[in-house]
Amino acid sequence: MGQHFLTAAEKHCLDALTGRLIPSDEYGPGAPEAGVTTFIDRQLAGFFGRGDRWYMQAPFRDGIPGQGYQSEHAPAQLYRRALASLDAFCRATFGGRLYAELETEAQDELLRQMEAGDLSLEGVSAETFFGLLWENTIEGFFCDPLYGGNRDMVGWKLVGFPGARYDYRDVLDHNGAPVRLEPVGLMGGPQWRVD
Amino acid sequence: MPRKLPETDVVLVGFGWTAAILAQELTQAGLRVLALERGGWRDTPTHFPPTVAPDELRFYWRKEMFQDNARETLTFRNNTGQMALPMRRWGSFLPGEGVGGAGVHWNGQTYRFLPSDFEAASHNVKRYGPLADGLTVQDYGVTYDELEPHFDRFEKLCGIGGVAGNLNGDIQASGNRFEGWRSSNYPNPPMEMTFAQHRFAEAAQALGHRPYPAPSANMSRPYVNPLGVQLGPCSYCGFCEKYGCGNYSKASPQTTILPVLMQHPNFTLKTHNEVLHITRDSTGRRATGVVHVDLEGETYEQPAQIVILCAYQLHNTRLMMLSGIGEIYDPRTGEGLLGKNYCYQVVSSVDVFYEDKFTNQFAGAGALGMMIDEFNGDNFDHAGLGFIGGGYIACWTTNARPIETHRTPEGTPEWGSAWKKAVAENFLKSTSISTHGASMAHAANHLDLDPTYKDVHGRPLMRMTYDFTANDRAMTAHLTEQARRIGERMGGREIRVKPRQGPYDSMPYQTTHNTGGTIMGSNPANSVVNRYLQSWEVPNLFVMGAGVFPQNAGYNPTGTVAALTYWAAEAIKTRYLRDPGPLVRI
Repeated sequence: MGQHFLTAAEKHCLDALTGRLIPSDEYGPGAPEAGVTTFIDRQLAGFFGRGDRWYMQAPFRDGIPGQGYQSEHAPAQLYRRALASLDAFCRATFGGRLYAELETEAQDELLRQMEAGDLSLEGVSAETFFGLLWENTIEGFFCDPLYGGNRDMVGWKLVGFPGARYDYRDVLDHNGAPVRLEPVGLMGGPQWRVD
Repeated sequence: MPRKLPETDVVLVGFGWTAAILAQELTQAGLRVLALERGGWRDTPTHFPPTVAPDELRFYWRKEMFQDNARETLTFRNNTGQMALPMRRWGSFLPGEGVGGAGVHWNGQTYRFLPSDFEAASHNVKRYGPLADGLTVQDYGVTYDELEPHFDRFEKLCGIGGVAGNLNGDIQASGNRFEGWRSSNYPNPPMEMTFAQHRFAEAAQALGHRPYPAPSANMSRPYVNPLGVQLGPCSYCGFCEKYGCGNYSKASPQTTILPVLMQHPNFTLKTHNEVLHITRDSTGRRATGVVHVDLEGETYEQPAQIVILCAYQLHNTRLMMLSGIGEIYDPRTGEGLLGKNYCYQVVSSVDVFYEDKFTNQFAGAGALGMMIDEFNGDNFDHAGLGFIGGGYIACWTTNARPIETHRTPEGTPEWGSAWKKAVAENFLKSTSISTHGASMAHAANHLDLDPTYKDVHGRPLMRMTYDFTANDRAMTAHLTEQARRIGERMGGREIRVKPRQGPYDSMPYQTTHNTGGTIMGSNPANSVVNRYLQSWEVPNLFVMGAGVFPQNAGYNPTGTVAALTYWAAEAIKTRYLRDPGPLVRI
């Protein structure tokens, strides 16, 4: 189900990146296990990746932070360039190793540098890429499973969100007590998985 | 050459709340009304039924209900020293597109501005002396007393749930004692509150405030409005703002007016038709109609006796500019009125985190909240505070849509295992107090046309020049401090104060409460439209919406926008039709 944009190498790199942003740990599955890479791949293959509903007319200039996204690249091309540049940087800096092959401490440090705008990547703003990557990682972790992310509703189960439910009138008067409800998505329960 | 179409009595540009109200009023008065909407048809069963509506990615993050930025956006800068760049996607505000406009995806928080809000200049000058340098605050030119019956009509149309605070001058203990008098109570009782609202109310009360239930356009019970249209009780599903309601529980043009209006033989709606400009006769003093374009690129000239702009505030202002009606404001000279007094809303929040109490915020609704009004408008003494205006402080439980809402305590890393742990631990155990502050008009904040960037038709984009003013920074700091005091008393483990600081940032969502640009006032030297929302320059042209606010008050604008629409509709029906021409003569 769904269209594809990313190459195997790009998915490998993205698994490593999102796996540091939302790692698998004692609290539960992380972004790769939640299908975030699959989610991002499908998003990049569609109208979002093409920037079809964004204003993408020139001229492109660097703005102040309050002016938002100003890259001349729509999301799909931004990912393509950033992932290639990141791996090229890692190969040159870490003895031929790709980002996905680095120790987690080094991976985290690179993410921190990208977030702070301290890493220069060839042909693309690392800071802009980090912002979009983090945004899409959260989306893929918490979206309806319909979109290929939040696999088995692991994101919703992690936090206790019951999903796309219709009626909460019976629980409104909870007075601070926990309300535990099995999550449901637009396609049904977590066991209704369509790949 | 545009193809010329047969004349109609009234053409409405855009088809959201104000157009639906006007179409209903004016067809009832016997006029032939045509509405031109650039987006498509939308209704509950076809576009956002309960099996489709609760989709956070599709409707908010992929912005399905909002205006398509690829076709038109605006450019933004904080001040004239910067180069404005296009908002390549929406962020801080979300203009709607399609039938019902932003009235489909609002929260339903429905207020009346305070009586003093309509006289913000004269009231404040009288009480505190001259306005601070640079403030261009003005009176509306219409009073609360004049608007009261029109507020009342809109509340009954929508089935607003709330508790009166001032019934014909009698102060009611459980309502908002600061509100203007109301001729009758809300048509419905308030929403059912949850744990967070109870805690907020107790804390506010302990500090000497008087909390009351926020007025809500989410139905607290089944309701049939005066047009005979039925709304269903809200099921508190937590998908209001940014979403269409699948349950007929949120007042919108679709759920209150369209079932009646769409059947009226005098009413015609054309969707996917975008108005390009207003046409005028050789004198320039009379609008002859509008030119619009369909999806195939074919253009049409639509003649009309009366032209009424009913699009969003930003679009109404830009359409006036592109039509060359009136002079565009220039901050260097102070000349020109179009685009002047652009204002926004200044919001902040205080998050509250509990250790062993669950807020279960997924069970919520767009206008489910308790609030206080002690720090709104001129409800408190501003002497020595260094600002005018104020805002409300409220505890809403609107949603737990997790892409958007995942609060973390102070000091939590932005990502990684520690972030994940904090989100998991606090998701069901947190709430937030919002401050919702006014925005006072300033000479530096304005709208004009961008010299560089163009829309899909090759016309200049609107350019927004906006930053928070010294007045509004002092105001929001004061409100945030009051919210902090309440938050500290709500029994949580800790709080996180999120003040509004730094330059205005056009990206994080704040509110879709953009105002000004086509302001109303007492004479042609200080306003674009008169007190009946009629163009001073072109008397058969009227401009609806929050663009007519000379400055923004500390409440959500929809109630006041609708009251002004009913007020203008009455003036058109009872006076203009009898004697077409200026309704105010200077």
